[in-house]
Amino acid sequence: MLNLPKFAALLAFLFSPLAALASDNEAVTYFTLENGMEIVVVEDHRAPAVQQMVWYRAGSADEPKGSSGVAHFLEHLLFKATDKMEAGEFSATVALNGGRDNAFTSYDYTAYFQRVAADRLELMMEMEADRMKNIRLTPENIRTERDVILEERNQRTDNSPGALFNEQVNAAQYLNHRYGTPVIGWRHEMEELDLDDALSFYETYYSPNNAILVVSGDVDPEEVRTLAEKYYGVIPANPDLPERIRTQEPPQTAERRLVFRDARVAQPYVTRSYLAPERDPGDQEKAAALTILSEILGGGTTSYLAEKLQFDTQIATYTGAFYNGGSLDDTTFDFAVVPAAGVTLQEAEDALDAALQSFLETGVDADQLARIKLQIRADQIYARDDAERVANRYGRALAIGLTVADVQAWPGILDAVTADDIMQAARDVFDRRTSVTGWLMKEEVTQ
Amino acid sequence: MRLIYALILTCLASLPARAEVDIQEVTSPGGLTAWLVEEPSIPFVALEIRFRGGASLDNPEKRGAINLMTALLEEGAAEMDARAFAQAQEELATSFGFDVDRDAVSISARFLTENRDASIDLLRDALTQPRFDAEAIERVRGQVLSIIQSDQKDPNDIASETFARIAYGDHPYAYSINGTIDSVTALTRDDLIAAHKAVLARDRIYIGAVGDITPEELGPLLDDLLGALPETGAPMPPQANVTIPAGITVVDFPTPQSVAFFGQPGIAQDDPDFFTALVLNQVLGGGGFESRLMDEVREKRGLTYGVYSYLASRDLANVYMGSVSSSNDRIAEAIAVIREEWEKAAAEGLSEKELQDAKTYITGAYPLRFDGNGPIANILVGMQMLGLPIDYIATRNDKVEAVTLDDVKRVADELLDPEGLHFVVVGQPVGLETTVGE
Repeated sequence: MLNLPKFAALLAFLFSPLAALASDNEAVTYFTLENGMEIVVVEDHRAPAVQQMVWYRAGSADEPKGSSGVAHFLEHLLFKATDKMEAGEFSATVALNGGRDNAFTSYDYTAYFQRVAADRLELMMEMEADRMKNIRLTPENIRTERDVILEERNQRTDNSPGALFNEQVNAAQYLNHRYGTPVIGWRHEMEELDLDDALSFYETYYSPNNAILVVSGDVDPEEVRTLAEKYYGVIPANPDLPERIRTQEPPQTAERRLVFRDARVAQPYVTRSYLAPERDPGDQEKAAALTILSEILGGGTTSYLAEKLQFDTQIATYTGAFYNGGSLDDTTFDFAVVPAAGVTLQEAEDALDAALQSFLETGVDADQLARIKLQIRADQIYARDDAERVANRYGRALAIGLTVADVQAWPGILDAVTADDIMQAARDVFDRRTSVTGWLMKEEVTQ
Repeated sequence: MRLIYALILTCLASLPARAEVDIQEVTSPGGLTAWLVEEPSIPFVALEIRFRGGASLDNPEKRGAINLMTALLEEGAAEMDARAFAQAQEELATSFGFDVDRDAVSISARFLTENRDASIDLLRDALTQPRFDAEAIERVRGQVLSIIQSDQKDPNDIASETFARIAYGDHPYAYSINGTIDSVTALTRDDLIAAHKAVLARDRIYIGAVGDITPEELGPLLDDLLGALPETGAPMPPQANVTIPAGITVVDFPTPQSVAFFGQPGIAQDDPDFFTALVLNQVLGGGGFESRLMDEVREKRGLTYGVYSYLASRDLANVYMGSVSSSNDRIAEAIAVIREEWEKAAAEGLSEKELQDAKTYITGAYPLRFDGNGPIANILVGMQMLGLPIDYIATRNDKVEAVTLDDVKRVADELLDPEGLHFVVVGQPVGLETTVGE
């Protein structure tokens, strides 16, 4: 139901956002220190705040076999003592300066951040540089913090049938790659993590030539360079930093299916995932096509799956399609279908397959593609209101091996995606032999 | 640049950063009042609108009607069905969020300057001419019923709903905003129309706007958007009579980690002692890693991933709440430690260093909240709903700085009630049993 005046407004709009895109890039400065540490500065002078993030190219997929969870465990331990600071002093100092700090670990990276008043950046850098090399751990730290991460696993995973199901689906999807092992770790391996495991990971991966500093907010890039040289620039590079080579997936030649039952499941659903290529340096076109494909198929009320399963028929209560090309190795393209009351998981799965089949036959709706591209362009304007989101985008991209040029080229590559590119990407990825189908179900009642 | 902050830095021990946001009060020709911060550097506007009352205005026979009505505002309006309405938003690169809680129905909109008029036309259709099509009602009802069923198997939701039933008696706060399976199943289109009339009225509206718009433009825009709404809605519910019995309620639920929600009567945001309580809670359980509860329960003993307390000061009731999650065999110890900390703080208050550190954090963190057009629009509406003066932002940190150690000791003694704490524990906790009848 396109209404013509509104569509005309759309066309008129197409020109201005590209200028916005340029100004987004202008606010970003990039340089490297002599020891190999990369620096990104994202300026936003509207409020007197700054965020420092340090990203290490070390995540759970870089862990040695048998030590799952050690990347995340180490992340917790970086809040303990260093040569200069007592345990807990890091966060207490940030708070004393009116700031907030935290950290997160994923498959491909671990990142630490603080958000403070802009004139406190130097102190933050001094502390963050200190714990890059100087943590001092005790056996007591290991014991209590291991209990903490086990409780974290309880809270995030073991108390949630959906999370437990997701863990099994990933394990089924990746036979040979570490993306099949949960970031938090398998419980039996977490219980055995010790001081040596943590320090070994720390010494291998925590060095300036494996780190990216992203500073965003009310800062001057030259001032950031001076401070970064003073605090990070003096840390020697690790000459023995290993190359980031991981065991890769063998060709998948059989579709995989699993059923997960749990008494705590209130709402059953079906998921489908396919192995899919990720964004690579200088080679992001396929990932761009898949990104737009996921919007077309499952990006909300106007999406293809919503139309087929929620509007034309009432098979599903919810449909979604998900793709994120931001990973070092092969990622997945995922679907979820929550069946409506009275609809079985088999019926929901069949409806998903029928919809995918009909999409492959009918192709991309030109109006829908135009609307999605319009959102992408408008997002360049809205992103200028959120320097931290821009900072995150750069940190994550550089941590998975992309370059600043790749990040800045990405919106243009998305914009250049054609309907043919999208259909080719769909045909390449939607192959049942490279899929995993999961059913999350209630416990069967036995009398 | 209209977001002007003056940072006055003295020494590391105190950082009285003063946020001076230039807020203008705008009165539309039709008599609507809004607070505006002009921020022309990015060509869009964030507009936050709230209708006081929210789900608490539900007819007791029709629980969940306001929630379902709010969810349906974006599911078809005027000449558009649900998908046409969503497409229209996409064509304008605008986004509208419709949300409801116990105290308000909230609309969060953002729109590009060049699409301002068309975006406002679209939002007006949603607010004043929602269709409530039979097809859309059934579709969204199915989603709400699915959420209610999921909540019944989620230990966090079970804990919070159980605590609400214990604390609020027959007051609307005692009930989930979603309603029940039975009540939502029975809702009719007429019920939704009644819910719309009850909440979306001009006598309970609060507006904040931040971005690329002038006062002269904003006034007529608001009349255009909201002028057609009725003048009055449903009467506000009374204050809740908060009665929290001391003790423990165990809800048996087979899961490896017990989830505990705990609480006692709280303090109103307009109470003269509110900022003292805020400082007290910052030290007790409100901080990040630095609070006493985090230090004792997590850092020293490894009993949990997170433990928090917070002043849940709402329109119609004030409760002092907290939460913790620990393995079934360790939750009893976590609860014992929390009780001890509550007792210790009630008896002794805080140390001078804790007081100063908490003040430094609270005052320093305040200006960092103003980090984007949307967050600032939210703050502007929140201030108006609390009845705060328009120059409040500049003076707020002074109220924190004014808190003394004696104030803290007195308020800790008056407010904290270690004997009266009630813990709702969902799981299969070892060594804990229900000690009070519901």
